[in-house]
Amino acid sequence: MTEGFHIWICRRMLVYLVCRMAVDAGHRDGGCDWDGRWNHVKKFLERPGPFTHPDFESSTESLQFLLETCKILVIGAGGLGCELLKNLALSGFRLIHVVDMDTIDVSNLNRQFLFRPKDVGRPKAEVAADFINGRVPGCKVVPHFKKIQDFDESFYRQFHIIVCGLDSIIARRWMNGMLISLLSYEDGVLDPSSIIPLIDGGTEGFKGNARVILPGMTACIDCTLELYPPQINFPMCTIASMPRLPEHCIEYARILQWPKEKPFGGMLLDGDNPEHIQWVFDRSQERAAEFNITGVTYRLTQGVVKRIIPAVASTNAVIAAACALEVFKIATSAYIPLNNYLVFNDVDGLYTYTFEAERKENCSACSQVPQDLQFPPSAKLQEVLEYLTENASLQMKSPAITTTLEGKNKTLYLQSVKSIEERTRPNLCKTLKELGLSDGQELAVADVTTPQTVLFKLNFTA
Amino acid sequence: NAIKRISKEKLLATLKLWGDHGQEALENAHVCLINATATGTEILKNLVLPGIGAFTIVDGHTVTGEDVGNNFFLSYESIGKNRAQAATELLQELNSDVSGNFVEESPDKLLDNNPEFFQRFTIVIGVQIPESTCLRLGSVLWSASVPFLICKTYGLIGYMRLVVEEHTVIESHPDNALEDLRLDQPFAEFKNHIESFDLDNMDKKDHSHTPWIIIVAKYLERWLSEHNCQPPKTYKEKEAFRKLIREGIRKNDNGVPEDEENFEEAIKNVNTALNPTKVPSAVEDLFNCEQCKNITSQTSAFWVMLRAVKEFVHNEGSGSLPVRGTIPDMIADSQKFINLQNVYRERALQDATVVSKHVENLLQSVGKTFATGVFLSHDLLLFCKNASFLRVVRCRSLAEEYGVDTVNKDEITSYMDNSDSEMVFYLILRAVERFYQQHSRYPGVYNYQVEDDISKLKLCVNSLLQEYGLNVNIKDDYIHEFCRYGASEPHTVAAFLGGSAAQEAIKIISHQFVPFNNTFIYNAMSQTSATLQL
Ligand SMILES: [Zn+2]
Repeated sequence: MTEGFHIWICRRMLVYLVCRMAVDAGHRDGGCDWDGRWNHVKKFLERPGPFTHPDFESSTESLQFLLETCKILVIGAGGLGCELLKNLALSGFRLIHVVDMDTIDVSNLNRQFLFRPKDVGRPKAEVAADFINGRVPGCKVVPHFKKIQDFDESFYRQFHIIVCGLDSIIARRWMNGMLISLLSYEDGVLDPSSIIPLIDGGTEGFKGNARVILPGMTACIDCTLELYPPQINFPMCTIASMPRLPEHCIEYARILQWPKEKPFGGMLLDGDNPEHIQWVFDRSQERAAEFNITGVTYRLTQGVVKRIIPAVASTNAVIAAACALEVFKIATSAYIPLNNYLVFNDVDGLYTYTFEAERKENCSACSQVPQDLQFPPSAKLQEVLEYLTENASLQMKSPAITTTLEGKNKTLYLQSVKSIEERTRPNLCKTLKELGLSDGQELAVADVTTPQTVLFKLNFTA
Repeated sequence: NAIKRISKEKLLATLKLWGDHGQEALENAHVCLINATATGTEILKNLVLPGIGAFTIVDGHTVTGEDVGNNFFLSYESIGKNRAQAATELLQELNSDVSGNFVEESPDKLLDNNPEFFQRFTIVIGVQIPESTCLRLGSVLWSASVPFLICKTYGLIGYMRLVVEEHTVIESHPDNALEDLRLDQPFAEFKNHIESFDLDNMDKKDHSHTPWIIIVAKYLERWLSEHNCQPPKTYKEKEAFRKLIREGIRKNDNGVPEDEENFEEAIKNVNTALNPTKVPSAVEDLFNCEQCKNITSQTSAFWVMLRAVKEFVHNEGSGSLPVRGTIPDMIADSQKFINLQNVYRERALQDATVVSKHVENLLQSVGKTFATGVFLSHDLLLFCKNASFLRVVRCRSLAEEYGVDTVNKDEITSYMDNSDSEMVFYLILRAVERFYQQHSRYPGVYNYQVEDDISKLKLCVNSLLQEYGLNVNIKDDYIHEFCRYGASEPHTVAAFLGGSAAQEAIKIISHQFVPFNNTFIYNAMSQTSATLQL
């Protein structure tokens, strides 16, 4: 791994040592440990070995550091999150926080093993934390039934390592952006002690990946955005006028008929309400019959409405295990961490592939290189907007574009607030020149994919 | 019924992967786990969650403090109790649809007194069991045709070995499977259907909503007539063919091409569309297997159906497999798409009917009779639909792997050309077992033993290599590392193996997806792995 990583490890160890001394001076919470409890972990902490990290020193103190000082944040308490919490707790980590904004659904029960039928409807983070704390004595998981966006820098700064088990790319990118915003540079040189490592896991069906990110030092989520293909939705015209698949019929009922016919007194469609699913199912069947399409079933309807992606406990187990092991390696220096990307697939045999994802020189999230936008003055703002959302390395969702004109802040386009959207919509059809923008103009773009505004420099092309 | 509905609802995400029939197989399965260590309970957890029918844990150990430290399905209160019982209680709690059982006995005792005990299971999973037990159990299960999955977590190394004489797979669910469109040899109904389109005299709307399969078929007809009946083969020819299709895009009054997405799709799909229809070599190999050649009254349904498909290929199919009957979604209006889909579907049904006749004849020839039509079952339709993807996995037995005359020396030495390959961990694991046989303990369990055990383990490594006549170099660092592990079972490595092994068990139980063959090594230090054929 890079030299910078060694420096980072050294600095982190210094911080650890100081913390450890403070703990030693205070009280020690060893009341719930029994004979032999940590034997499996201690072999890796108390014994030197030929493959340890160069900075590793075997000692009996390392376990105390895990138990009493090292603070880990787990993002997501779903399929991956439940596994991560268990793996960390049984590896010796006790100061764990978990953030998840979801409540438990029946369809979670066959993978998310900390939840029982009686827990349906309760916040995932709380149930998961209670379960782990009850099963693993001494473990202190702190739940947060919140969105990651509800917390600011001061919250995230308190953790030594952050692990993500999310199914949303937007949330991942936001988290990535947050950790990049915590980096401090002195004269353009990164201060290694400002780095919080991010371990990220993802699964779909029998495929998964795990990666280690040292923000500012190794490839970040946005550096490798091409690895996450954008979600493909059915085109509206297919759904509205030429359905071919049963899914098209269900989407028609869900997207077009439900809001129009306002069944159940105009309630929002609730995927957990069997009567709602039945309504969508009946309408979908009618539509399918009209076009001679076969294959609309109640279950397919449920799957489409609830946007259920194929998932299985075993893949989550594999990926979460790899992620938790990387947390352990980094926290203890017992081994050199994964550099930096693992792909797993067990459809045909068992296949893993490990490679080093490379940083992108002009990554819009982590490179500190000003971003360029190349457009002719005759281009319309709409084209800029499309570029921001469709470019494979940007993939923004609903970018808000502002700039400074004649010393004043001006919003060129903003989608998320209805009144502003209406007011700024006419700008989309105007050319950059008509909007008064000049060559070299700075555009500030805000988006849900990042906690920070991204600055773009507008370069006019001929 | 409400309960059944809840059961199904919690399975929505997994049913998408293996379907109702896969789930049914799972619900009828009875899995035996030997040893409820961390690795063992993690495997079972991942089988109990998706809903296997039943499990039985066999374990004669008493729970220790060390056991509870790395195992989520043992608690402090279970120290001193039998490990099978304690783990069953906490695993059972995960899913009330699953029946959990335990036997408080060591596998060796059972093998001594009641070896038939193991024959009742769908699969036996043996975790952290010593070599001698493995070999004994392995031979009992081999002769009873019960699949055996051996798992071991040893420090940062994970090991799995699958022992199954023959495992057949109808639905292998390959990634990126090629479509079966028969553009190179259109069947009669497809030809008629193509002819019903007249691209030049359609109105604009129909023209831009004609499925790309028809477009390619039309231009291919023209190409063949202009090129001596030879389809485009080289890159250059394919480019020329794409150009030909592009020229077919309608132009507006100013001579500018219209936006016709269906033509763009046709151009994009030229490569896959021109793939010649043929029997995949893997399926051809299956046709040549003994089981396929000699059908007896004992032959399993898989091989009877395979033989029937072979008969179809050599007769009615004129060298091709039955038509699969599915087409991908594409730009088209509903009517044109559904009509085209039906052409393929109906042909698939016809082909399957012919195959079912062959099944009947074959069964009759071995003295089994069935009423007409019985065999045009869901199973046979599924078989025909998956004919290109059929797979058979045959693992070597443990006896073959361990035998001095039958050991796969080539595989070992070729991997060991790289002295850091995962093969080195396999060899040291074998040496560690030799150490256990000699010393009745694993190397480096206590801190004070590590230094001395390094040289003792090295002796075991050398005697192993000598016995098998293997001229390979094993670095001392690896031997040291294994003594450092001291037979520890870190939870994260156990969990990785727990996920992987559970998935392999699901493949065996459901006969879907393809299991590994036959040894899997996971190196958690570098997050790498290898599958070895031993
Ligand atoms: Zn980046």
